[in-house]
Amino acid sequence: MFYHENGLQCLVLTRPSVTELCGAKRLGYFGTPQFFVALKLLAAAQSALPIHLESITANLPLPRFVGLKTEPEMRYSVVPPSVDGQGAQCGTGTGPPGSVSWTPADRRHPEDHVDRKEPWSPPRSPCSSPPRSPLPYRGSSYAKQSNGADSLTAYESKPSSRPTVHPDQRSSPGSYATRAATERPARTSSSERLDQQGLVDDPEDDPWRITEEQLEYYTNQFKSLQPDLGALILGTIAKNFFTKSKLPIPELSHIWELSDVDRDGALTFPEFCTAFHLIVARKNGYPLPESLPPTLRTGSVQDEDEDTPDTPESAEPLIVFKDTEPRTSLTNRSVIERLTEAEVKQESCQRDVGVTTETTSPEQRVLRLAAFTERTEPPQDLDPHMRTRTRPRSYSSTSIEDSMKKAEEPPTPPPRPQKTHSRASSLDLNKLFQQGAPGIKSGWLPTPPALPPRPSTSQVSQFIGVSEKTPQKKVQQPNFADFSHFRDEEESSVKPEDQGRDLATASKQDVIGVPPSQAPQKPVRKKYHAESQNLEATPPPAAPFPTPTKPAPRLLSKQKREIQTAIRKNKETNAVLTRLNSELQQQLEVVHQERVALETQLELQRPLAST
Amino acid sequence: MAVCIAVIAKENYPLYIRSLPTQNELKFHYTVHTSLDVVEEKISAAGKSLGDQRELYLGLLYPTEDYKVYGYVTNSKVKFVIVVDSSNTSLRDNEIRSMFRKLHNSFTDVMCNPFHNPGDTIQSKAFDGIVSGMMVQTG
Repeated sequence: MFYHENGLQCLVLTRPSVTELCGAKRLGYFGTPQFFVALKLLAAAQSALPIHLESITANLPLPRFVGLKTEPEMRYSVVPPSVDGQGAQCGTGTGPPGSVSWTPADRRHPEDHVDRKEPWSPPRSPCSSPPRSPLPYRGSSYAKQSNGADSLTAYESKPSSRPTVHPDQRSSPGSYATRAATERPARTSSSERLDQQGLVDDPEDDPWRITEEQLEYYTNQFKSLQPDLGALILGTIAKNFFTKSKLPIPELSHIWELSDVDRDGALTFPEFCTAFHLIVARKNGYPLPESLPPTLRTGSVQDEDEDTPDTPESAEPLIVFKDTEPRTSLTNRSVIERLTEAEVKQESCQRDVGVTTETTSPEQRVLRLAAFTERTEPPQDLDPHMRTRTRPRSYSSTSIEDSMKKAEEPPTPPPRPQKTHSRASSLDLNKLFQQGAPGIKSGWLPTPPALPPRPSTSQVSQFIGVSEKTPQKKVQQPNFADFSHFRDEEESSVKPEDQGRDLATASKQDVIGVPPSQAPQKPVRKKYHAESQNLEATPPPAAPFPTPTKPAPRLLSKQKREIQTAIRKNKETNAVLTRLNSELQQQLEVVHQERVALETQLELQRPLAST
Repeated sequence: MAVCIAVIAKENYPLYIRSLPTQNELKFHYTVHTSLDVVEEKISAAGKSLGDQRELYLGLLYPTEDYKVYGYVTNSKVKFVIVVDSSNTSLRDNEIRSMFRKLHNSFTDVMCNPFHNPGDTIQSKAFDGIVSGMMVQTG
């Protein structure tokens, strides 16, 4: 990008060596030191020196960059989502000296954005083609750029400090400090000087990327509002806080729309950072983007993604980061803490083999949903920019239960699939599709923690009441209390489910007779225990209880049970996916018909036009 | 495929109303206003049960020679009215429902925004975007 304006640099940087040497690859992005080292290496390459770290120390002329553009143009090119900045910005140059740091900023943003996701070389190739474009803006040396510094008025930094910056790149950190000091007073509170300083680093980086200092500042601010980093800031609190920034309300409203990606009326920590960052950017003169810039979006999401692969061992990361992801049916703001807990459990449940388990959180949500009137709950196809979760909403609790009951009835084979419905996403899918929201992202669907299986638990409890295994199950119950990783609410629904499944296996073995049913239940318990191990990596303390009680010969049957469970689960998953498929097919038909209608209209108009 | 989309507050004043600019907007304002009577009638007729999805969607309020008017009411008595041109191939009921659902969802998002005071006119770009998407399809 930026580097590609120089022919040589294209080649130089196609080699990953430069990036590696300057440590950017290790870090994954170009920080200030990395950038300087990279530039030094470029200068070395331009002077035909070998590219090594030692060559940096030599007295190198400044690397020459061609294709410079004036600052306002560049600022304009920065503002649009710079993911495609690779093409757009290849031709742009660095105007004023400050913009030298600019272009690396916006270059680096797509670079980094790409770097994080792809190997180094692929971004090179697309970048090398665009330099064909517009190098009408020849300006070549930094000295010239000092003229452009005057055009930085909008940025309100002192241009005079700029020309002194670049002749010595290595002292740039100091210059950035001075520039920071000259930043316009964005806010009245003195603590906000810090984020101004943080924002000054933006030109060097990317205006939509949150730097470390900024992140730190935002963290502190978040903590001042809400001590728990994993919890949410309520909308009203956030409103009061952001109103202090003295931005006009419509702009704040727009910022909110951009940053509240999961649409729950409250801000998680990443969302808060996003919002704060947008406000800071706005105060510093950047026009608000229409959609969330990728760095902000990925920055907010990456926190969650980073923790997604974390093992579910400790509850801590789950609480902190997972709460945003399953918040698809978050509705009531006033019970956000309970929601967070619920989502923790839900996430832990979602680690099951392929079946999402709706345990307590749906129950809690039922209660909350009952309090709700306004919300609707089909999963919604959010804007492409809001790539995150759609939010299933319920029209009302009554309809949820109705639709859920309907969903439960059709799969007739008695115990198993209904138990599926009690836990699985198939329930949710059915309901979701009944409300027929178009454009559901199928990849997202298997996971939505949607809706309240309250009837399901009641249904399962019917199982319990009906079965003659009841006394045996009662015996099991105290054992389940040992599953400490499930909280109480989970247990209450987990127990019935497990007992329901016990019923299934027991009923299968009715042929064997009643006494051996004790045996299947034990292995079932053990199997469920194994499942719970899937859910929570740390073995539950309940582990001791089945093993001593189980005689050795049972092992074989236990394995059989395990296999049967696995088979069952696969069948459930298949059923879910089949239903999903059929629903999508229906939607496809609908779309087809629309298309046909439009085409006929078009044809009708064509003869009209001809006459 | 709508020609005009309106959001009416509980007190029957418009929160948001938008028509295709080519048309006579005043006419649509009038149409929407008169359709409110039909909406009220349907709401009162609907009776006791809490709104579930079927009741939220009121269906075709009344057809005129030029267009048809569909209504939808939320649980908080916010009404959505969509006016559709009759000359279009008649849209299926499901399509209208899905349009209302989209509207409802965007409306909910607007309401979630703490900077939006309920009762203000809706000034949300996202909401505008959704509405434009629905109207542009008219072609």
